[in-house]
Amino acid sequence: MPELQRFSYDVLVIGAGGAGLRAAIEAAADGAKVGVVCKSLLGKAHTVMAEGGIAAALANVDDRDNWRVHFADTMRGGQYLNNWRMAELHAKEAPECVRELEAWGALFDRTKDGRILQRNFGGHKYPRLAHVGDRTGLEMIRTLQDHGIHCGMEVHMECTVLDLLMDSGRVAGAVGYDREKGHFLLWQAKAIVIATGGIGRAFKVTSNSWEYTGDGLALAYRAGAELQDMEFVQFHPTGMVWPISVRGILVTEGVRGEGGVLRNSEGRRFMFDDIPDNYKSQTADNEDEGWHYTQGDKNARRPPELLTRDHVARCINREVKAGRGSPHGGVYLDIAWIKERLPKAEEHIKRKLPSMYHQFMQLADLDITKEPMEVGPTTHYMMGGIRVDGDSQMSTVPGLFAAGEAAAGLHGANRLGGNSLSDLVVFGRRAGRYAAEFARNNGSAPSIDEEQLESVTKAALAPFDRGISGENPYQIQYDLQDTMQGLVGIVRTESEMEDALDKITQLEARAGNVGIGGNRQYNNGWHTAMDLNSMLIVSEAITHSAIIRKESRGAQFREDFPNKDPEWGKYNIVVKRGEFEGEMLIEKRAIPSIPEELKAVIEEMK
Amino acid sequence: MAGNATFRIWRGDPVSGGFTDYVTPVEEGMVVLDAVHRIQAEQAPDLAVRWNCKAGKCGSCSAEINGMPKLMCMTRLSKLNLNEPVTLEPMHTFPVIRDLVTDVSWNFRAKKTIKPFKPRTPDNPDGTWLMQQADVERVQEFRKCIECYLCQDVCHVLREHHKHDEFIGPRLFVYAAALEMHPLDIEDRVIDLRKKHSIGYCNITTCCRKVCPESITITENAIIPLKERVVDRFFDPLKTLFHII
Repeated sequence: MPELQRFSYDVLVIGAGGAGLRAAIEAAADGAKVGVVCKSLLGKAHTVMAEGGIAAALANVDDRDNWRVHFADTMRGGQYLNNWRMAELHAKEAPECVRELEAWGALFDRTKDGRILQRNFGGHKYPRLAHVGDRTGLEMIRTLQDHGIHCGMEVHMECTVLDLLMDSGRVAGAVGYDREKGHFLLWQAKAIVIATGGIGRAFKVTSNSWEYTGDGLALAYRAGAELQDMEFVQFHPTGMVWPISVRGILVTEGVRGEGGVLRNSEGRRFMFDDIPDNYKSQTADNEDEGWHYTQGDKNARRPPELLTRDHVARCINREVKAGRGSPHGGVYLDIAWIKERLPKAEEHIKRKLPSMYHQFMQLADLDITKEPMEVGPTTHYMMGGIRVDGDSQMSTVPGLFAAGEAAAGLHGANRLGGNSLSDLVVFGRRAGRYAAEFARNNGSAPSIDEEQLESVTKAALAPFDRGISGENPYQIQYDLQDTMQGLVGIVRTESEMEDALDKITQLEARAGNVGIGGNRQYNNGWHTAMDLNSMLIVSEAITHSAIIRKESRGAQFREDFPNKDPEWGKYNIVVKRGEFEGEMLIEKRAIPSIPEELKAVIEEMK
Repeated sequence: MAGNATFRIWRGDPVSGGFTDYVTPVEEGMVVLDAVHRIQAEQAPDLAVRWNCKAGKCGSCSAEINGMPKLMCMTRLSKLNLNEPVTLEPMHTFPVIRDLVTDVSWNFRAKKTIKPFKPRTPDNPDGTWLMQQADVERVQEFRKCIECYLCQDVCHVLREHHKHDEFIGPRLFVYAAALEMHPLDIEDRVIDLRKKHSIGYCNITTCCRKVCPESITITENAIIPLKERVVDRFFDPLKTLFHII
């Protein structure tokens, strides 16, 4: 067997974005010996890309806000498929978690009286997002990173986990490789927290970086854990569409929060044409009212540009398909127009949206204070993931926890902007706490299955044996991305998705024959080959789940079943590994009934 | 802009290396990182490059492009002369791992030697503080840093004189400045800045500020005010005079 370095921890955290770091800090504070494994350098995880803010009912800007309103907003946004317990805990604990970040050095923008400022965002009834200009995620990850390095955790940077190891039904550790040398490592652990984020790389147009190949979901799935809500992939309505090479890069919803409007090629604000019934009472019916809302008028209702992301993405898609799009296949997002309403609008835009200004100037030669941007939907976020217990974040495998984007439940069928950053800290903290507790209560270190270890490392090296005559890993990745984008994208039909399943099966066969040249040191081709395993499992789970759910709800839009079906509102779709090699089991699982007091909150806020 | 361009990429490991030319098709709007990815996918699958967000927000893809320290994801090909080969090299200040990837772990170790944030007692009974936007903004400039280490790459104290054991470099002075000027912080880092982190080695050539992709005014807003704090503490002539008397 190839040589490997061995480490032993009470709690191993896989992933070092917001959720992973928050979990590691909590577990270390509880006295656990903590190891953190991250695929990139520390502080580079996708949390840095989060722009708009972190949602928490602090009520600093509008004192009508409280956890009940936040809870109801989250459930409405998720079309009631959410794990209600998670939505409740999230709304209650988010303010405390934001204050905790401030105590660790985060510097949020301020209100005039010196408190944390909050901004408007899609689907949130009141201004609720604590923020730092449009770089809130960077502020958050840096705060957690700089606090975390003094908390005693050991960080293994640029390491990728290949498989989880099990000992009589409970999790026992993880095996992986480091990018620098290509050496194998074994992390023995009493409890593991998966915080590996999303799956965006399975699609062609995405705001996600190379890392987001769904590793954590695939690891948990192979270890026997259940996945849930995999059909719900969020397409963020506003990604860049031009130039081609930057297609998919995110344009923050904050642009619309600050008064930016969407127009088609005819100059029409098409979002006014299609306001869903359950949002009619909260949405402005004229341009003036919408503008006043973005400027903090408490009596105004929000403009339709700030409807939920699933809906806005579909409206944009419809405009483009109807031939009313912009030259490069998007629509126009205009913030420059606010100069008609605001003195010194140019400075205002630069101050409120500095990185957007910078991004368009540098990548597209476009001054957003003068011209409209071209935007279109981009694969952004996975609502689904590892099925967990709402309180402890433990999966269906003992000792295996999940938090953040890798976990399912909080967001249901669609996530509200700003609820991701708060998800990371609220449930990162919980996962860390309960993982440490699990490690304490299950004292003896589990034993390592040396046979499994050997077969994992052997399989990982197989692409080198095949050499460059094998399949090119990049090509398989491109083909998979094309398949998912074209056949399992924003608008779905059964026949196309069946076709996608066939293609995924063929790609699996090709991936089994992937070959790579060179050596094991920082070999990106090899890394891509390893990532394919996760991407294929995740893609298959998404497609199966999307086929089973014969309705349109939240992020899932079925052309063959364009309406929401109340019957389907009673179920989540759960995916787990079958007994036979390659067998994937898909089932409908009834959503536990919601307690009366929470039901009353939802009714009251309707 | 369409047609082919040549990229002269440094390939090698800590022991040996040299430049290899790759000719690849280029299109309007492409950045250097796109060209590297295309070469990787079509000609050199094992070409090592570190990148993440591809939007100038994570600071992973730092390299020297035609000798200038830049982020590959934010350098558009239209800004380069494509009639000549475009040279791509790893950052010189850090040890090479392979090809365009360097070992930047020293930065993480050096950061740990700076005393962490220590806030004053909360202003309100609910554990919160009050801060004015103007006070926050001063520090927010420093907190824009994406840790790309391009400033460390050009700093001659590190690049030419290899003082990694005594000196922490511009990035970490910006970090120290963010802590020192944080409206809530009550820790004292002035002695460390002088003795442990040798801020005196910096002779304010402003090279770091010029390469910062986030346009942080590193020299004037971070390093010079820290130097002033050190001078106030240790070299105030009046204080020295009083001391003698």
